[in-house]
Order: sequence, then C-alpha cells, then structure tokens
Amino acid sequence: MFEAIAFYLFAFLTTLMFFITVTTSQALHALTALAAGMIFISAFFFILGADFLGAIQIVVYSGAVMALYAFGMMFFDTTREVKEKQGNQYIIAGLSVVAAVLVVIIFAAPMVTDNITALYPMTEGVGNTQDVGMVLFTKYLVPFEVAAIMLLVAMIAGIVLAGKKMDDSLTAMNESEIEESNARRLS
Amino acid sequence: MMEIGLNHYLVLSTILFSIGLIGVMKRKNLLLLFFATEIMLNSVNIAFAAISHYYGDLTGQMFAFFVIAIAASEVAVGLGLLILWHKRHSSIDLDKMSTMKG
Repeated sequence: MFEAIAFYLFAFLTTLMFFITVTTSQALHALTALAAGMIFISAFFFILGADFLGAIQIVVYSGAVMALYAFGMMFFDTTREVKEKQGNQYIIAGLSVVAAVLVVIIFAAPMVTDNITALYPMTEGVGNTQDVGMVLFTKYLVPFEVAAIMLLVAMIAGIVLAGKKMDDSLTAMNESEIEESNARRLS
Repeated sequence: MMEIGLNHYLVLSTILFSIGLIGVMKRKNLLLLFFATEIMLNSVNIAFAAISHYYGDLTGQMFAFFVIAIAASEVAVGLGLLILWHKRHSSIDLDKMSTMKG
C-alpha cells in the first residue's frame, strides 16, 4: 500500500522534473529541476531496498555532479535564451522507431528469460551495504580498481582542460605561446 | 494496480529514457544536451535496481554503481572540454561546432 503510494508519487515527481529539464528555455531552471529529479530518483532506490545505491545517488549526483554543473555554468552565459533545434525530420523519425523497438525489447526480455537464476544472490540477514561490499570487493574487485583509475584520469583531464589559471590554458595555446608563458613564469 | 511489480519500474524507466531522448534530439545548447544524457543514464539505473530487487541478484546494483562512476567522469571531462570551447568561441551551440564540414 505505502509502497504503491510512494512509487506513484515519486514517479510523477521525477517525470515532471525531468520534463521541465528538457523543455525549459532557462538553463538555471533546467539545472535545479535536474537536481530535484536526481534526489527523487534516489527514493526509488530506497523503496527497492538498495540503500547504499540511494545514498551514492544523492552524494554523487546531487552533490558532485550538480555542483560541477553549477560551477561550469558560471563560465557560460546562462541568462541568454536557449534556442531550439529545428530538427531533421528523417533523423527524428528514425530515432523514434529505434526507441519504439527498444521499448518492445525491454518488455519482452523479462518474459523470455523467466527461468533466470541469480548470479550473486542477496544474503539473508545482512544489510544491503554489507552485501554490496562483499560482492564488490570479491567478484568485482578488478572493475572497481579500473573505475578508480578512470576517475583519476578524468580528474587529471578536468584539471588540464579547465586549468588552474583560468585566463590561460595550455591546451588552448600553440607552441610559441606556451614557451612564452613558461619564460614569463621562470623570470 | 496497488501491487508494484517489475513492469511498473520498467515502464517508468522507459518513460524517463524517452524524456531524455527527446531532450537529446531537440536541444541545441551543449550543456542542456549533457543534462539530457544524465536523465537517460539515471533511467537505466532505475531499471537495473528494480531488476536487481525482483530477481534477488546484486549484479544489477553493481552495474548501477559503475554507471554512476562513468557518469561522474564523463561530466568532469565533458565540462572541461566545454569550458575550453567556450573560452575559444564564446558559444556552446551545437550547430557551430561542425568545423570538420567537407
């Protein structure tokens, strides 16, 4: 009963927020609506018993990603009206067909694979966080470490691209300008 | 109606994915295009968590974690490139980025 009420409430709120995100012409409204939608999505994870995933969703999306977008938007002119694309009709029609096929596959897949068995079944009497930890640090240890390296690479890329000194960026300069800035820094 | 099953979550995930797809198709501003891709990634995460719950399997949650990690690094690199592009051209319009036109 309560699960149904919570599901329909959060489904409505999430859909509404994401609809605002894709239709509004103000970038700031899109950002705040997206942040709200992310928090509402974490509610689904809590309903589904994936407590750790819900906490990660709030921390990573609403905390890190939204803060990153908010800082990024300070570089852009967000007060200007966003112009919409006058799309190519054939591309839109083709993508709609692909989306329809995807919907059919999504609904057909659970019916086809009814005799599916759990690869890593949930342990009884153990909290979700502990359960996740046990699987993540045994079966998925190598992907976990690779993900850590990927995040490190992304951090270095972000620092190099956006730059510590915001007024001159190494990637935006050509060779002679780099030499010049190096000489200026050394002197 | 009152019993929430796996199909309810899959329908919701599909609706959210379609909203993200609409956003990707109609947005011209690259920052708002990133927002639409975040919506699509999140809708897939809901489907993963729901299947993980209804089949009693933790693999779905593991995949959702890696999707979140990939989304975070995508934002870091993409936003860095976007800032760099905005410094050079003072515009993040998608149509003006087609510099490799033949």
